[in-house]
Amino acid sequence: MSGAELRKWNEVPIAGVPWKFSTEYKTGDWRSERPVIDHGKCTKCLFCYIYCPEMAIKVHWTSDGSKPEKVEVDYNFCKGCGICANVCPVKAINMEPGRR
Amino acid sequence: MRTRLAEQVEMLLHGESAVAWAWKHVEPDVVAAFPITPQTLIVEKFSEFVANGEVRTQFVSVESEHSAISAMVGAAAAGARAATATAANGLQLMHEILYIVSSMRLPVMLGVANRAVSGPINIHCDHTDAMGQRDAGWIMIFTEDAQEAYDTTIQAFKIAENPEILLPIMVNLDGFLISHTAMNVKVFKDPKVVKDFVGETRPVPKIKLMGEEVELSLNPRNPIPVTFGPFAYYDYYFEFKRQQIEAMKKVPDVVERVNDEYYEISGRKYGNGRVVPWNVDDADIVAVVMGSAAGTMRYVARKYRERGVKIGILRVRMFRPFPWRDLQELLRGKEVVAVFDRTQDQGVMGGPLFLETLAALHYLDDRPRNVVNYVFGLGGRDFPPELVEKVFDELIRIKDGKEKPFVKKYVGVRE
Repeated sequence: MSGAELRKWNEVPIAGVPWKFSTEYKTGDWRSERPVIDHGKCTKCLFCYIYCPEMAIKVHWTSDGSKPEKVEVDYNFCKGCGICANVCPVKAINMEPGRR
Repeated sequence: MRTRLAEQVEMLLHGESAVAWAWKHVEPDVVAAFPITPQTLIVEKFSEFVANGEVRTQFVSVESEHSAISAMVGAAAAGARAATATAANGLQLMHEILYIVSSMRLPVMLGVANRAVSGPINIHCDHTDAMGQRDAGWIMIFTEDAQEAYDTTIQAFKIAENPEILLPIMVNLDGFLISHTAMNVKVFKDPKVVKDFVGETRPVPKIKLMGEEVELSLNPRNPIPVTFGPFAYYDYYFEFKRQQIEAMKKVPDVVERVNDEYYEISGRKYGNGRVVPWNVDDADIVAVVMGSAAGTMRYVARKYRERGVKIGILRVRMFRPFPWRDLQELLRGKEVVAVFDRTQDQGVMGGPLFLETLAALHYLDDRPRNVVNYVFGLGGRDFPPELVEKVFDELIRIKDGKEKPFVKKYVGVRE
């Protein structure tokens, strides 16, 4: 968050209640390892999508919406916990060092 | 003055029943409490009112004080008017949550029957329990007798719930000395008088959130759901604390206003709400004290006044926020100021009331010549008139230059 965005004490609601949706908090910079999907191996079973605690797995559906076409990681929110890599039944997700 | 004096009846009540009767007349939405001597009688008496169907309050029996104050968080966050009571180690068990209540800006009312903190285990009066919570962001008021406990409990809701303030409030009554001592207490005959004074229900303020106006509560009808108690990092934590500081700054005026408004319906008034001076204006020697000891001191001081000794008693009623401006105004130019702390003070120069008074006086050009500290009454140790006389005699000797002033002494301990 850059300094220019930060508000003064009298510009935010009292009691510590959040004034933004959680989607505006990019938690991706907490990451020390990043999951990388090997799309050749991926069977689109969506285990990663179900298990991800941050909803950071994005699923692209076929145009008729009947089945998943491609699975991607949303690096804006992925905290790098590695659960997706752990649950992947075909080992299609690798945790690679580095934030980006 | 407008004549709005409401009809009152006299009842023989001890301090705790007085608080229970005030609750009965205010009718909080939720009361949750855990018994601990000397507070138990407050909730015991109040639970009778609940059991008899005399109040519509939701009474929650909980398994600890930590749970009691946590129930207050939930109830108040839902927009309810919530009250609880405790003492000593129970108050210490609440400690963690006290900060959370004030930071969530929940106007919870907490009655504390002040008791010494273990160990050794002791159930009698001193102010150590409350003093351990003095930085928790709560408004703290110390009463002098059962009548004031009744009056202050009613006032407390109106002070805390003021939309400019929204801070929790602690009403302290000396354990046993007030809590278990009966006196004729005037209570309002018609509870509606009290309801009109504090409002039928708690006014829940509105805030702007994402372009919508919402209630600052967990009201499910809010167009945008409000989250209480989220994370605030180094980027915003300080700003939220600053908001609490600003709210606290507004408390002294509101306390005075509520004290005045209450006078109109009751005929009773406690100084300016913050401090209660007795013959301070012309006094050479002023004793600064909190709680029931003020009465004993006035009793003795009256005799000294008859002998021509100009002695005054200044009772601090509101300890948080600390009424330093009042103390500056009232104590400037005095010969001797003696501050009485009924609390443990190991490893410090003096008790908290002394240190804060001293700090306030430091900024005066005409600050008192001598400021001394007495620690008294720990663990319920008696503070009878004879002891007060000994102290007053000492203060007179200091004033006359016959005895060297000191920083701190202990009264009533065998040494």
